[in-house]
Amino acid sequence: MEHRKLSDFVWEIPQSGDMLVPGRIYASEELLGPLLDDVRGGQQWNALEQVRNVASLPGILKASIGMPDIHPGYGFPIGGVGAFDIDEGVVAMGGVGFDINCGVRVLATPLSADDVRPRKEELADRLFGGVPAGLGSQGKLRLTVEGIDDVLRKGARFAVDRGFGLPEDLELSEESGCMEGADPEAVSLKAKQRQFRQVGTLGSGNHYLEVQEVVEIHDREAAAAYSIEEGQILVAIHCGSRALGHQIGQDYLEELERASRKYNIPVRERELVCAPIRSPEGERYLSAVAAGVNCALANRQTIAHLVREAMAPMFSIPHEQIRTLYDVGHNNVKWEKHSIDGRERQVLVHRKGSTRAFGPGRPENPARYREVGHPIFVGGTMGTSSYILRGTEKGMEEVFGSGVHGAGRALSRKKAKKKWHGSQIAKDLAEQGIELRAHSGSGVAEEAPGAYKKVELVVDAAVQSGINAMVARVFPMACIKG
Amino acid sequence: MAYEILEHTADAGVRGSGPTLEEAFAEAARGMFSLMADLQAVRSQQAVQVAVEQESLESLLVSWLAELLARRDIEGLVFADFQVHIEGAEGRWTLAAHAWGEPMDAGRHQLQVEVKAVTYYGVRVEKVGDTFFAQCVLDL
Repeated sequence: MEHRKLSDFVWEIPQSGDMLVPGRIYASEELLGPLLDDVRGGQQWNALEQVRNVASLPGILKASIGMPDIHPGYGFPIGGVGAFDIDEGVVAMGGVGFDINCGVRVLATPLSADDVRPRKEELADRLFGGVPAGLGSQGKLRLTVEGIDDVLRKGARFAVDRGFGLPEDLELSEESGCMEGADPEAVSLKAKQRQFRQVGTLGSGNHYLEVQEVVEIHDREAAAAYSIEEGQILVAIHCGSRALGHQIGQDYLEELERASRKYNIPVRERELVCAPIRSPEGERYLSAVAAGVNCALANRQTIAHLVREAMAPMFSIPHEQIRTLYDVGHNNVKWEKHSIDGRERQVLVHRKGSTRAFGPGRPENPARYREVGHPIFVGGTMGTSSYILRGTEKGMEEVFGSGVHGAGRALSRKKAKKKWHGSQIAKDLAEQGIELRAHSGSGVAEEAPGAYKKVELVVDAAVQSGINAMVARVFPMACIKG
Repeated sequence: MAYEILEHTADAGVRGSGPTLEEAFAEAARGMFSLMADLQAVRSQQAVQVAVEQESLESLLVSWLAELLARRDIEGLVFADFQVHIEGAEGRWTLAAHAWGEPMDAGRHQLQVEVKAVTYYGVRVEKVGDTFFAQCVLDL
């Protein structure tokens, strides 16, 4: 595939064939290499081809963007960003995926690593016991259709209204904890029924709950705005909209296929089915996604409350002192204002496996983060560091204010299960000072640290290219898996 | 009659095969549930009925597996045994099935990773020689 180097960390796939804009990949040579190998090897599942496919969607603006953690997905690549013109553009199912608003909430505790280290086993047990996780687990809430509709309309506010959390949590969540435009009527009964017992559950696979120590601060100004310091204990919650989001994805894979046919939009990959933004089908999908976003926000809010319930009595601290640092999703489609050819315009931005990363000054940032930009959380693996980054002005100009979200897999789950055993991984992690609690041993083997790419490569490319800035490095002390 | 788990970087593919189309679909479902639980530990104590309709066999396969995921969550069941009946021709296919299983039990079923959704990626329904194959990739 033709590609040219724009700088050490930016590559262009020139516009050709049906592409309406070029592709632009933010990656080091080391990260780009395997993607090019997939192209040369004739791999059908191929992230760069997916960048080209997205570049061919009607109404796409500026470029089809691959973030440094880009890898093959369904329709869009994971780590794919695409912004669309409101009148000419489309909304595509693959730009959001099956786990709508999957994301990360980080809680900042008043505890230091020295407070927690001697009691980390007990803390891991309490979190493992207190937060439902794994296949078949059920949340403490048993909801009906009316209850779910309330979740879909209110987002995190649903949970806070029930006493699961603090009003301050809302202002420190993306969309202030509630996305506008959600319509429960756009969500099927089946999606709601699947969610009756799943609000406040973590799920399985790559989802996790992690107790982390801040080990390095790189940006003092941002760290001061976020009120984090070296040695401080944070808790990260990674999960999404659970079965409700999965069913919305499944349902609209069918509905948008019909829409693509109706509006004569060529479909290059089945998960790239789409509808014009300004069509009844497109508007309906957007209101279903907003409902899914709210479901995920309510889910992480409820889990945050369960974390406080587990930690607060143990360390004799009030819930209020375990504050939300931020809550940010990475499978979304959102209305945003961006400068296109020197003119500020409202556009529709898809981020699949990429977080929003709004830089300094953006009005969407919570007031206390406005001057530095909000934090984003880049997940490593069970045995490696994670990173806190922030958005930059360059990121606003070049990648619609987007950020990296994680390491990305290097080895398949099947290979990982052959190579590692859950019990051995738990032992290895214990030697590094990391307590692991998991519901599924094979799930642990599938998520082995060695099955992932090095998160440092991803973070380095994001920082070196200037689209994100480094704030802090954190290291796990305890990890809870489904 | 058999199923196979296919290599896939982020997720997992599943391929069911059998002497009939129905058995290939049933095996694909067994393959999908084998990712989630120890099928040998699952007893056939409860049955649910599933009916789906689609224009193509590929879409029928995706809808069949997706419906089973929905029933898993709604009824809290894990399934290990399937009886499938398929009728139709290109343009309109219908599937009617029974799925047998029991309530999910983390202690007994060695529950594993949760399959989130059924994708159209690599979906294929075909007959090679005397054997029918039904395969697709699952989002985990």
